[in-house]
Amino acid sequence: MAENIEIVKGASLWRDAWRRLRRNKLAMFGLGVIAFMIVAVIIGPAIIKWTTGYTYDFIPTDRDLVKAMPPSFRHLMGTDDAGRDIFARVLQGGRISLMVGVISTTVSLIIGVSYGATAGYLGGRIDNLMMRIVDILYSIPYILIVIVLLSVFGGPSTPEWIQWLSTTLGGAGNQGLSQIFLLFFALGLVSWLTMARVVRGQILSLKNQEFVLAAKATGVSTFGIIFRHLVPNALGPVIVYATLTVPSVMLTEAFLSYLGLGVQPPYASWGSLASDGVKNIAIFPWQLLFPGLTMALTLFSLNFLGDGLRDALDPQTRKF
Amino acid sequence: MLSFIIRRLLIIIPMALLVVTLTWGLVRIAPGNFYSAEKKLPPAVEANIRKKYGLDKPWYTQYGMMMSNIVRGDFGDSLKYQGQSVNEIIRRHLPYSAVIGLLGYLLALAIGLTAGTVAALKQNSGFDYGSMSLAMLGLSVPNFVLGPILVLIFSFWLYLLPPGRWGGFSGIVLPVITLSAIYAAYIARLTRAGMLEVMRSDYIRTARAKGLDEKTVLLRHAIRGGLIPVLSFTGPALAALLAGTVVVEKVFAIPGLGNIFIQAVLNRDEPLILGVVAFLSILIMIFNLIVDIAYGFLDPRIRYE
Repeated sequence: MAENIEIVKGASLWRDAWRRLRRNKLAMFGLGVIAFMIVAVIIGPAIIKWTTGYTYDFIPTDRDLVKAMPPSFRHLMGTDDAGRDIFARVLQGGRISLMVGVISTTVSLIIGVSYGATAGYLGGRIDNLMMRIVDILYSIPYILIVIVLLSVFGGPSTPEWIQWLSTTLGGAGNQGLSQIFLLFFALGLVSWLTMARVVRGQILSLKNQEFVLAAKATGVSTFGIIFRHLVPNALGPVIVYATLTVPSVMLTEAFLSYLGLGVQPPYASWGSLASDGVKNIAIFPWQLLFPGLTMALTLFSLNFLGDGLRDALDPQTRKF
Repeated sequence: MLSFIIRRLLIIIPMALLVVTLTWGLVRIAPGNFYSAEKKLPPAVEANIRKKYGLDKPWYTQYGMMMSNIVRGDFGDSLKYQGQSVNEIIRRHLPYSAVIGLLGYLLALAIGLTAGTVAALKQNSGFDYGSMSLAMLGLSVPNFVLGPILVLIFSFWLYLLPPGRWGGFSGIVLPVITLSAIYAAYIARLTRAGMLEVMRSDYIRTARAKGLDEKTVLLRHAIRGGLIPVLSFTGPALAALLAGTVVVEKVFAIPGLGNIFIQAVLNRDEPLILGVVAFLSILIMIFNLIVDIAYGFLDPRIRYE
């Protein structure tokens, strides 16, 4: 009787963590909001276009409509100075803001984990040197690095794979969009420092354990020990820190857009929408409130999820 | 202890020079320079200016000249603000950022420490959940959204405070609140986490066991240990705050160092960029040193050789 056989699964770290996470109401709320946001930004723009005909760069041809209008049934979040529907722009901006979070965090994850793990495992002089380099990079304002990366690789000298990626993920292969993708990578390249420190700390506490010695004795290469044996064991803190990196890179992108260095029109991100809204705050407050609140809600949820994951994956250091 | 401090102070100078070198390299790698503005100078004029600043020499000569000046504390003149030395510009704009930053951090400390300690002592109470949700909100609202919203409420609707303008107490209330929000949130979370851990530690049990009353246990023993995470956060945060925070300075039109730095970066004003970066990195390293020394006072288990 196949249906009577109950498959007993071992209580793995991940199953345990998931059980603990499910009990945390705030973290589950955060997970729900983020799932909703992801679905909304993926299918939302199409639905808006189908029901009302608005897109993120739709400027009405009727002159009377090219102006800021307050929220109404037609424009749920009002319109901006050019008469563009803010709801459609927030949904489109969400795509870019969430992609900033995912792509920049992935880049910082790859660099930070390999760097930190290598430094921690090799130890001694190499470790010292590698960590001093991190210290020095900490003192260089990231904004300078971002500007240099954007201007060196910007325009016609954008690497081909970034253009390919922006065509594949963004749907349209034009200059503006590949610039935004370049920004994602630049942000990732400046946000791996703390990740490297976190990973190094983990590796230092792991590398003297028996399983590493066993791997060494069976002739596993240094590369294999670091990436097959040590890194998977340090994954808990890495995942937690990555969840907290997502909101921080999204804030950085918003800040760069506020300075006029980030996402350029007609594209929008939550940060660039909010900073456009700041200019008109006294007259058209909805232009700031809706993008700002959407962004704050998303960051709020991500932070709660990150906290929840930390408690779930690392019950010993449970603090909240 | 003394030799530890001297060693750390000595290493600041080469580290700062290294940071300056890397920054200089970054500024030079980026295509374009101060003179590639939209309004082109006549070639002869540009050549003369380049000669005056030594920009006609090969890069290694320029680097050598620049470094030998910087070692003597001279960052040269700004390219944008002609005839003004970088040191002068920093000295003039630093006070604005320092006042706002210091007050903002003190406010954040007062709110964060109180909220964090009370939340830890009454874990899982209504106050705990309430203040921690508020802290999370503080971490999630970007300050260029918070600042304008505060201006909207307190300046445009309630007519209580001016939306900008330096001078007098009323002008700095909103910038200081905007600045402190995110730091108060961080400090509250760090304090709560630190206090929760400390309250379960053995030395607190010992203190209670020897019959100390709860107030002494908290104020003389627990607070010291619980403050350590806050302290490690304070060093870099305070340095960054004193040197200016671009967003708040932009929102409230404060002529601080952060604004000057961003302008310098956008203008490719090389001497000014290098001056501010050197100043900032030295400040960060000094604050980190002070924090390391303070560890020793807070936690007698930490000793420096």
